[in-house]
Amino acid sequence: MVGYSEKLIEHTENPRNTGTLDKDDPNVGTGLVGAPACGDVMRLQLKISDDGVIEDARFKTFGCGSAIASSSLVTEWVKGKSVDDALKISNKSIAQELSLPPVKIHCSVLAEDAIKAAVEDFRKKQAVRRAAEAAEAEKKVEP
Amino acid sequence: MTLKLPIYFDNQASTPVDPRVLTAMLPYFTEHFGNPSSRSHAFGWVAEEAVERAREQVAALIGAKTPKEIVWTSGATEATNLAIKGAVEANKHGDRNHLITQKTEHKATLDTCKHLEKLGCSVTYLDVDAEGRVNPDDVRAAITDQTLLVSVMLANNEVGTVQPIAEIGRLCHERGVLFHCDAAQGVGKLPFDVEAMCVDLASISAHKIYGPKGVGALFVRNERPRVQLVAQIDGGGHERKMRSGTLNVPGIVGFGKACELCGLEMAEETRRIEALRDRLERGLFDNIDLLHVNGSRSHRLPGNLNVSFPYVEGESLMMALKDVAISSGSACTSASLEPSYVLRAMGVSDDLAHTSIRFGLGRFNTEEEVDHVVRLAIEKVRKLRDLSPLYEMAKEGIDLSKIEWNSPHHH
Repeated sequence: MVGYSEKLIEHTENPRNTGTLDKDDPNVGTGLVGAPACGDVMRLQLKISDDGVIEDARFKTFGCGSAIASSSLVTEWVKGKSVDDALKISNKSIAQELSLPPVKIHCSVLAEDAIKAAVEDFRKKQAVRRAAEAAEAEKKVEP
Repeated sequence: MTLKLPIYFDNQASTPVDPRVLTAMLPYFTEHFGNPSSRSHAFGWVAEEAVERAREQVAALIGAKTPKEIVWTSGATEATNLAIKGAVEANKHGDRNHLITQKTEHKATLDTCKHLEKLGCSVTYLDVDAEGRVNPDDVRAAITDQTLLVSVMLANNEVGTVQPIAEIGRLCHERGVLFHCDAAQGVGKLPFDVEAMCVDLASISAHKIYGPKGVGALFVRNERPRVQLVAQIDGGGHERKMRSGTLNVPGIVGFGKACELCGLEMAEETRRIEALRDRLERGLFDNIDLLHVNGSRSHRLPGNLNVSFPYVEGESLMMALKDVAISSGSACTSASLEPSYVLRAMGVSDDLAHTSIRFGLGRFNTEEEVDHVVRLAIEKVRKLRDLSPLYEMAKEGIDLSKIEWNSPHHH
C-alpha cells in the first residue's frame, strides 16, 4: 500500500461506473477475468451500439486497490470509444496513468484482458444474432 | 474522550513502549551511559548492575532457575538463529543432524532450518491441524536417534494459535532431544515457564511486550541438560562467550522493566484484552455474514483475531479502513504475491486467505476504538461486497468453485 499514487487512491475510494448491466442483452459484452485464488477477479461489462460504439461501461472487482483502480479507470476510458479504439488501450497506459508499483503491473494486464474478454463476448453474441437473422431470412425466402 | 486516529490494532507486529519502560530506560542513554564490560570504573559498574537486574527480571518472567541462563541478543530472530545454528554447530562431531519443526513457524525458524538443510542437516516440517496446532504425537513419531532438536513456537504471529508446549517439552526430555521454543509472541501474555514446560532454549523479544525494538534474549538451559551452543557472532566473548558485542544497556533495562510489568499485570491484562478482542469478534460476526475465524478459538493469544471476510480482498479492506493499522494474509500485501503460508498450512484455501485480516489488540487499546473499528468495518465490507463480482455471483447461487477461472498473469 505504500507508494500508491493519489490518482490510484482516489479511484479506489470513489470507483466510477460500478454495477451490473443485463448480461443477456445482445448489445452487452461481459468479460470476467482473474481468479479468486489469485486474489483478483474483474468483471467488465460494455454496452455497445450496433455501429460499434461503447455507450456504457460497468465494472465490479474483487481485488486489491490497484485492481479496483485499474478497472475503474478503464470504464472511464472506454466510454464513447469505438470497440476498435477500446482494444488499443494497453496495460502500459493504465499502469502509467495510475503509477502502479512494479508488483502491481498484473492488475493493469488484467484490466486490458477484461476489455478484450468483454469485446469478445459481445462479438460472439453478435455472430450468433447474425446467424439467427440469416437463418430467419432464408426461411422467409424459401416458399 | 475523543477518539484519536489512526487506531493501532497491529500489536502482533510491534507494541508501543510503555511510558514506565521508557522512564526506566532514559538515564541509561545519558547519565549512566557506561559500557558494562568496563570493570575499572563506576560508569561500567552502574551499567553492569542495571544489566544484571534486567537479567533477573527476564529470568523471573519465564521461570528460569538462574539469571545467567539469559543471553542478550538483538531480538527474537537473532535468538532463534543462535539457538538452532548454535546447537547444530556444537554437535558437529556428534551423530545427530536431524531437526524437527512445524510449518507455521516464524521465518526466523523456517529459514534457519532451510539454511541448515543446505549444510547437510535433515529437517522434518510437521503439519498442523485446521486450527494451526501441532499434534504432540506427530512430534513423538518424528523423533529418531538422529534428532538433535525440536523447535515449536509458543504462539503464532498471524493467527495467534497457542501450541501444546508443555507436552512437546516433556516428550523431548524423555527422548533426550533439545527443545527450542520461539516464545516471542506469547511471553508476557500467556503463562510460560521454561522449567514446567521442559524448554531448553527460548527466544524472546522486547518490542512485542511494550519494550524497545532491537533487544531480545535467548534462554539457554544451564543444567539438565546443560545446553552447548557455538556463538554465531564472534568478538569480545560477551554473554558467556555465546554472543559477542557491547550490550544495548538502555534497551536491556527497558526489556527488563517490560518483563517485570508483564509479570505483575498479566492476569488482569489478559482478562481486559480478551474482553476487547471478544467485543470486536462479536461486533463483526453479529453484523457481517459469512465470516470465518482463522486459527483456534480455544487456544489463542488474548489480543489476536484473524478473520476472513469472504468476497472482499484483504488489501482493499485495509485501504478502506485507512485509519486503522491492521495487517492481511492477502498476497497483495506481500512482494511475493503468495498468500500467507501460515493459512495455507492450516488448509485455508487461497481465496479465503486473500480475504484475511489480522487484528492485534494490546495494552493501550480501548472499547471505544473497538466500537469504532466495528462500525467502520461493517460499512466498508458492505461497500466492497457491493463492488465484488464474486459476492454478486454467490448471492445468485453460482458455485464459484465450479467456474473455470483463467488468470494469465501469475501462478
